[in-house]
Amino acid sequence: MPPAIVIEQPAPLALPRKRIRWGEQFVHLILFIAAAISVLTTVGIVISLLMPAVDFFREVSPVEFFTGTTWAPLFLDAHFGVVPLVVGTFVISFWSALLAFPLGVGVAIYLSEYANQRVAGVLKPILEILAAIPTVVLGYFALTFVTPLLRDIGLDVEIFNALSASLVLGVLLIPTIASLSEDAMAAVPRDLRDGGYALGADKLQVSTRIVVPAAISGIIAAFVLAFSRAVGETMIVLIAAGQLAQITFDPRETIETMTAFIGATGNGDVPTGSIEYKTIFAVGLTLFVITLVMNLISIRLVRKFREVYE
Amino acid sequence: MTIRAITTLFVSSAALALVAAGCGGGDDGGGVITADGSSTVGPFVTKAAEDFKAEQDIDVTVGISGTGGGFERFCAGETDLANASRPIDEDEEVLCEDGGVEYIEFRVATDALTNVVNTENDWATCLTVDQLNAIWKPGSKVANWSQVDPSFPDVPLKLYGAGTDSGTFDYFTSVINGEEGASRSDYSATEDDNVTVQGVSGDRGALGYFGFSYFEENQDRLKALEVDGGGGCVAPSIAAAQDDSYTPLSRPLFVYAKQGSFDDSEDVRNFVKFMLDNNETIATAAQFVPLSPDQVAEQQATYENATP
Amino acid sequence: MTLVEHARRPQEPASESHRKNRAWKNRLFKAVMLFSMFVAFGTLAVLLVDTLITGWPALTSQLLTGLPSTVSEEAGGRPAILATLYLGALVLLLSVPIGVLTAIYLEEYADRTRWWNRLIEVNIQNLAAVPSIVYGILGLAFIVRGIGVGRVVFAGGLILTLVVLPTVVVASREAIRSVPDSIRQGAFALGATKWQVVWRQVLPSAIPGMATGSILALSRAVGETAPLIMVGAITYVAFNPTLFGAYTALPVQIYNWTRQPDPGFQTLAAAGAIVLLVIVLSMNSVAIFLRNRYRRQW
Repeated sequence: MPPAIVIEQPAPLALPRKRIRWGEQFVHLILFIAAAISVLTTVGIVISLLMPAVDFFREVSPVEFFTGTTWAPLFLDAHFGVVPLVVGTFVISFWSALLAFPLGVGVAIYLSEYANQRVAGVLKPILEILAAIPTVVLGYFALTFVTPLLRDIGLDVEIFNALSASLVLGVLLIPTIASLSEDAMAAVPRDLRDGGYALGADKLQVSTRIVVPAAISGIIAAFVLAFSRAVGETMIVLIAAGQLAQITFDPRETIETMTAFIGATGNGDVPTGSIEYKTIFAVGLTLFVITLVMNLISIRLVRKFREVYE
Repeated sequence: MTIRAITTLFVSSAALALVAAGCGGGDDGGGVITADGSSTVGPFVTKAAEDFKAEQDIDVTVGISGTGGGFERFCAGETDLANASRPIDEDEEVLCEDGGVEYIEFRVATDALTNVVNTENDWATCLTVDQLNAIWKPGSKVANWSQVDPSFPDVPLKLYGAGTDSGTFDYFTSVINGEEGASRSDYSATEDDNVTVQGVSGDRGALGYFGFSYFEENQDRLKALEVDGGGGCVAPSIAAAQDDSYTPLSRPLFVYAKQGSFDDSEDVRNFVKFMLDNNETIATAAQFVPLSPDQVAEQQATYENATP
Repeated sequence: MTLVEHARRPQEPASESHRKNRAWKNRLFKAVMLFSMFVAFGTLAVLLVDTLITGWPALTSQLLTGLPSTVSEEAGGRPAILATLYLGALVLLLSVPIGVLTAIYLEEYADRTRWWNRLIEVNIQNLAAVPSIVYGILGLAFIVRGIGVGRVVFAGGLILTLVVLPTVVVASREAIRSVPDSIRQGAFALGATKWQVVWRQVLPSAIPGMATGSILALSRAVGETAPLIMVGAITYVAFNPTLFGAYTALPVQIYNWTRQPDPGFQTLAAAGAIVLLVIVLSMNSVAIFLRNRYRRQW
């Protein structure tokens, strides 16, 4: 039997008390203040929306607001049902997401799995340029180019319609979905792909059956981000989709989104303090809450599907 | 280039730009006259401002927050002039009283509110006020031209009009529907009259209304309807608006001057005088109906009375 | 069938038809992908060409140096262009320091177990998703009215800073995160304090990524219209803008031009759009150049 080994622990070092470095504390404080600015912004947004909105809801019943189907707040015989605006917003977001999602993921797969470095190096910056185009220019393009084009090919669209705006918005969102999805796919380790190839799979199978499922959390995050950007988009819809608040799912018709209403009314002639003015805040609050909820959903989804590799 | 160099370059160019912005105030000489209000009257005041600057090198800024928005700022003392496409209403008078703002009302031009249809609309030439009322009144279910007049064909009626927060809307509804703000709500309402131009010129069955200048600029794309206000069909035109035969849709356009600014600032007085003296040139250029000589004289008398 | 099941089947030689089938599927897929690329880049090309063709007649020095006018032949956009540049400078000077400092705080200093730090993180993520027009409402309530600064360049700059701040923070965090920990640990081992590590080791390595992110955020701020509309960037401003003076920015000016009855203004709007695109795209190119030049492989 080996002898018991006794290890003598030396006495712990008697170190002097840690000297507070005031410079470091100061830096820490400054940094915290900088970070707190973002919190102040949120607080500011909430207050600036909430207070007039509360006033608004004292005069207009929330039930009527959230369930009413006629939006005519500025007319003598006023109706304050926000449903047409919400429907308008979602119609636009739906169609643009429908366009952007498959195309965006397609572009992402191409860049991540098929293209070589040089080609990708050229294409990615061009995608970023597409994403950087100011939305006022895109809105104008939708109205003056896309709408006549749609009419020329026989689609009987109104002069202001949801379809043109959705198409243009969808193209704007392709880079967002593509770059986030591509990042997610790039994060998938090579081993997984190599394993697939080793088993005799071809590129299509590896891309669609291995890489995409592995990157699904990033792809979902990309989708939700793009969708919430579509919900929040103002200029394209203001210029091209119209200002007729009605409930319709036909994209060829004129609609009005929440953002277009705020933009048009905020610029217009409404006396501050009037009930009409407060509609801006009520709708703004609704919009804010919707995007917030979508963001939280996205965080949840990402966490649920995330694959951790190392 | 090193990182340090790049960073320094950015920061210094940004700072330089801001210094330029901060010091670049040399351009706007003595002071700036602020005008805000109706987007209909805006072009008139803007043209006046442009000519005024050319002559006297005084700057005028012109906002288009709308008639109501303009009054609101005016009564809070924020602006010198309020542009309005309708007279000040009771609520706004109270607002100005509360804000301690006294004002002088000047009429600067006349607008002929024009009803427009698509160039392919060959059946409608003239509408009576009653017909317009039937189309636009609250709760109206008129959705087809044949419902407007039995002799009209079966073509769906698509409506475009002024946004509810514009003086154009206020005036049209009060004159056609009897009450300001009374209107059906299922039409494409917009602040941007170009939207109406686009809409009407793109749809055979469309009907819209807006200020005369928008029709004048787009005569090749639109057709104006005559209006029968009780005395026969009259087409909108400068002459008809001036002599009031284009009724009831010829409306006066106003600029309200803050008494305080009027008293204190020679520039404000000069600008108002400029708008009156050069009324014809400015109005014609901005495509409004100029004041008739009698009307000009009337306004100039108001000016003289108000001048300290 | 999963790939593994597929592999576990009793081996049969891949039949001719099977191979052809797969080859065909692959080609179809590739076609679909190329179609996606085509739509994206094709639209961009069409947009640029269409805007260029429409706006070409009005693309003169008058656009750049002239003052706005009610006569489209004489109108220029100098005040608007200057204001846009000033706004950009303001956004750069405000958002970059605040954003970078916030990112440093979150990555290097914040104790993740504390609830307030988690709150700040979630908060920034949320702010990134808020529509820009809501920032316009915020600006109207607090900056224009609340502090009473009024409808001036400074207010517009503040609002745009808030709009892009989350983007700058996120980009800076990515840049900081990409610096390997070994660098930090080495510095600590040599006795550096936390701030010394950040300032002398982490930041210099992270600057290219931060610069890229900041410039991209900046180009977005320059193209923003909605928040500025809410705070009434005035329509007719015939003098060079000053920091605390009335202004109108290029995107807003373009929007206003599209609302004029005179068709000449539509051409002018397209020309203005070209100028705006040039400004935005050059910023983007600088960002891309920086990223490529200074990309470090660890």
